[in-house]
Amino acid sequence: MTRFAAGARVRAQVADPDGHTRLPRYARGHVGEVVEVRATWQLPDEAVRGVFRAEPVYAVRFNAAELWGSGSHSVILDLWESYLEEAP
Amino acid sequence: MSGEHGELPVAARVRRLEERLIAAGLATDEELDEILERVFSSASPVNGARMVARAWKDPGYHDRLLADGNAAAAELGFASGAQGYLLKAVENTPGVHNMIVCTLCSCYPTALLGPSPSWYKSFAYRSRAVREPRVVLAEFGLELPDTTEVRVWDANSEARFLVLPLRPESTDEMDESELASLVTRNGLIGTALR
Repeated sequence: MTRFAAGARVRAQVADPDGHTRLPRYARGHVGEVVEVRATWQLPDEAVRGVFRAEPVYAVRFNAAELWGSGSHSVILDLWESYLEEAP
Repeated sequence: MSGEHGELPVAARVRRLEERLIAAGLATDEELDEILERVFSSASPVNGARMVARAWKDPGYHDRLLADGNAAAAELGFASGAQGYLLKAVENTPGVHNMIVCTLCSCYPTALLGPSPSWYKSFAYRSRAVREPRVVLAEFGLELPDTTEVRVWDANSEARFLVLPLRPESTDEMDESELASLVTRNGLIGTALR
């Protein structure tokens, strides 16, 4: 069972982790929409420390205006469930 | 490898890393060469172009490619190159143009697109593609109408992307190899129309 479904609005976490992460800085704190559930993959942040825990990964679309304050394009990122929280 | 690669700072970093691995007894020069040879001997954008041409020609393959890129690659004999990642084809339409980038490093389906060009690995492309893709595309000579929606796919996970370009008009008579010859590496990345 996945926490988010296609169409859900999600916010990428703001926290700046100490080690490796696949959450690019430019997406942090921003709200996007889940396009689809991509797969279930090990969380790289933990895998690099030898802790192997798989979790859902979501394709999340962010509007340029949300990320940069301007622009009409969108950016689609794959984000692990741990990176996301529900957005109003 | 692409032309300027040997002069980039990253090439020096890779050489130092190789030396450390060899000095630590974790790998030999021969093993590293063999891996590179295996990876690059069959890696070519001709492979991706063949997949595109087949998708243009065969509606069934088109649908299979969009549903399961790895299986569609395997169908044309590119199975070994598409292992270890999830291959996702993203389709251009008259109203939507897709382009791919890896902002965190330089992830890219090498087996199907060939060795990645230097610019794909540059900080400039990686930072600007997500921020001002239309400007970047214009620098590649691709001016899109304002009505075209631009979607930028950041390959930050275990997925690798391949753009399925729009089939040009007046190509109904072409066979699959003629169609494949219309498709370039940049078209597969999305920095060209096809």
